[in-house]
Amino acid sequence: MEQAVPDPERRLQPATLEPLGHPDAGLESAVGEEAEGARDEGPGDGTMMENNFWLKKIEISVSEAEKRTGRNAMNMQETYTAYLIETRSVEHIDGQSVLTDSLWRRYSEFELLRNYLLVYYPHIVVPPLPEKRAEFVWHKLSADNMDPDFVERRRIGLENFLLRVASHPILCRDKIFYLFLTQEGNWKETVNETGFQLKADSRLKALNATFRVKNPDKRFTELKHYSDELQSVISHLLRVRARVADRLYGVYKVHGNYGRVFSEWSAIEKEMGDGLQSAGHHMDVYASSIDDILEDEEHYADQLKEYLFYAEALRAVCRKHELMQYDLEMAAQDLASKKQQCEELATGTVRTFSLKGMTTKLFGQETPEQREARIKVLEEQINEGEQQLKSKNQEGREFVKNAWADIERFKEQKNHDLKEALISYAVMQISMCKKGIQVWTNAKECFSKM
Amino acid sequence: MEGECRAPQARSSGLPAGGGGGESPGVDGPLPGSSGSSALLQAEVLDLDEDEDDLEVFSKDASLMDMNSFSPVMPTSPLSMINQVKFEDEPDLKDLFITVDEPESHVTTIETFITYRIITKTSRGEFDSSEFEVRRRYQDFLWLKERLEEAHPTLIIPPLPEKFIVKGMVERFNDDFIETRRKALHKFLNRIADHPTLTFNEDFKVFLTAQAWELSSHKKQGPGLLSRMGQTVRAVALSMRGVKSRPEEFMEMNNFIEIFSQKINLIDKISQRICKEEREYFDEMKEYGPIHILWSASEEDLADTLKGVASCIDRCCKATEKRMSGLSEALLPVVHEYVLYSEMLMGVMKRRDQIQAELDSKVEALTSKKADTDLLTEEIGKLEDKVECANNALKADWERWKQNMQNDIKSAFTDMAEENIHSYEQCLATWESFLTSQTDLHLEEASEDKS
Repeated sequence: MEQAVPDPERRLQPATLEPLGHPDAGLESAVGEEAEGARDEGPGDGTMMENNFWLKKIEISVSEAEKRTGRNAMNMQETYTAYLIETRSVEHIDGQSVLTDSLWRRYSEFELLRNYLLVYYPHIVVPPLPEKRAEFVWHKLSADNMDPDFVERRRIGLENFLLRVASHPILCRDKIFYLFLTQEGNWKETVNETGFQLKADSRLKALNATFRVKNPDKRFTELKHYSDELQSVISHLLRVRARVADRLYGVYKVHGNYGRVFSEWSAIEKEMGDGLQSAGHHMDVYASSIDDILEDEEHYADQLKEYLFYAEALRAVCRKHELMQYDLEMAAQDLASKKQQCEELATGTVRTFSLKGMTTKLFGQETPEQREARIKVLEEQINEGEQQLKSKNQEGREFVKNAWADIERFKEQKNHDLKEALISYAVMQISMCKKGIQVWTNAKECFSKM
Repeated sequence: MEGECRAPQARSSGLPAGGGGGESPGVDGPLPGSSGSSALLQAEVLDLDEDEDDLEVFSKDASLMDMNSFSPVMPTSPLSMINQVKFEDEPDLKDLFITVDEPESHVTTIETFITYRIITKTSRGEFDSSEFEVRRRYQDFLWLKERLEEAHPTLIIPPLPEKFIVKGMVERFNDDFIETRRKALHKFLNRIADHPTLTFNEDFKVFLTAQAWELSSHKKQGPGLLSRMGQTVRAVALSMRGVKSRPEEFMEMNNFIEIFSQKINLIDKISQRICKEEREYFDEMKEYGPIHILWSASEEDLADTLKGVASCIDRCCKATEKRMSGLSEALLPVVHEYVLYSEMLMGVMKRRDQIQAELDSKVEALTSKKADTDLLTEEIGKLEDKVECANNALKADWERWKQNMQNDIKSAFTDMAEENIHSYEQCLATWESFLTSQTDLHLEEASEDKS
């Protein structure tokens, strides 16, 4: 599924859209450094990596998490977690993997990477990061970012993110992504040199602005509705799941109290003593089994959460289309009005209101020379406008085509992943039932021997 | 209650050391009450004392107009009925069958109360007929119990359900409370019927057979209220004395009773707590399945899978509901009866001690020559007999009671285990069939792709 990525925003001037520069502007130095590594190819296209190389030869893992302390931008002490990213290249011949790169990154750097990707690949449904703060908690999990369970699940989530990007036919070839995995120091500066931050800000503003599009592509409108629904239903599901988990925890844990009391009671019983004692042990086993059960479920919840956040990314692409469409419609409108003005000037009829027309009425007719000059200016503008409209149209079509291709890819991925997740949920339930049957069968045997 | 440590066995409850003791600052955390109660679980169960000990007075103003809709059901589990029959001391078959049903409310100018219908079927000669039907109210049961205690101070009289409502049940007074009480009263009478001695008690017979006015006049023949009160005050003084001279075997018995009482009370609380937690779990589960249906509405490929999951969850929900009702029928009444039994046992010990103390005080009087020695010696002789009778009666009944207890507890917990197993088996079947259907579909799709 290789595609050459056009840079749709490359030549646009109007301020309503974020002006994106060439993605590899400012990366020349980095490209130069890596030249000897012979990993980047493509004629003059310094942003792209050889796709085959990535998919077949690289293993990426986020293998460790470590607590660090340092000083932040305001020179205050802070504690954060750093994650070790290891990249291994798999040798063609014998399948052995060799560690090629290993570096430490913190969550904020992942965020930076993702924001960069969002800006430069607006037509791609960019994989989401695991949540910044623990949400949908139930009582056992604390919402503390330093909690080891949370850190562990985040580590997995970050690894998942990198794998998703690496397996995306387009994103995997991005230079900044490559550097993220290979260049520890200076990477932040490199990213910032692309100037994407400015674009990120205006992009954010544009995404949040409200405007009306007259002729959006219906598919995108539907998709936007879908992403809203998906987001709403998954959050609801996660919330209820957390509550169910909380309750189930309570049920199991209270049984643990039986264990203690049975044991104490068995001390005064002769015939019943043994049965009570061993039944009590099984009650303890039952009570403690819930911890593993719910931990597994947490991973399931994480899988759902990923698609909760994916819905956001999906919506961003739809909005981007709307923005482009809106811009197109505005440009067309502008062109049409200019043409009309020109026509009116040429024929001398005034059908539309114009400031010039007003002042002409007030201060007297303008001279033919003046009129000629104005017509000429307008004609130039109209020419330019037609050119722009043509390229906007083309870019819009390109965007729709490319975005839709990625959306189709995403849909398949989503259906596959969610189906797998739901099936894994069933498997978890089955395992839980089997454990329950075993414990209670054992307990029943103990009771019947009392 | 008590601050004793746990028995010194390694018991890992798997609770995290410092984690999440009720904290839930997350956006969608659990309901406020729940995190507190879950935190409690980590502490001793004894903490439950605080919210479950207070009693509220039975409100006689409750309107009970729809009581007549109750239909007679088999009140006790077949298993325990069989157990009761098993421990007949005589090899004869059971010849006295009693059922308690049809609670009805009665409204008078002074009060509102409930009566229960009692049907007795018997083949015994001393009964005038083979079938009797009477109506009795709780007060009457109370009267019967007191009479039995007086007549047989050291026998283990079956316990009555509580006079007052336990806090928290007020809302369900109309349904569950009446039913629970009815079942307990049924059990009470049947236990008496099965007791080798109590079954022949005259007051018992009157209770079962007399019409309302007959019962009232019979009641008035007993010792007056004031004399009973007087006895109580003296009794306390005596029993304290009796403790000191208690023979070894009764010391052991008392020790057992004390510990048993503690443990059964705890088990009662734990069991009720489990029911409460199960209920709350069920309430949340009810909401869980439908969300998947909602989701399936906006999906195409995933719709079937989602609907499948939803249906599994709903079925597991039903299985949970069934388990809950099974538990509250099989386990809770039995455990609670033994809680009441343990109170009863303490009373029995006291009375035995009192009787002993009476003897001891007379013996002491004799040795100190405070009164007429001949009279005293005679009295002492009688009291010695009395003590011996009381002790023997208690010993025999104690063995019988312990045997019953063992069986009842054993079957109650076995039933509970069975309920749980059954419930899990149902859920397992549901999920397994879902999984099979998914894998079958997958194989179908795969082969479709190939063709």
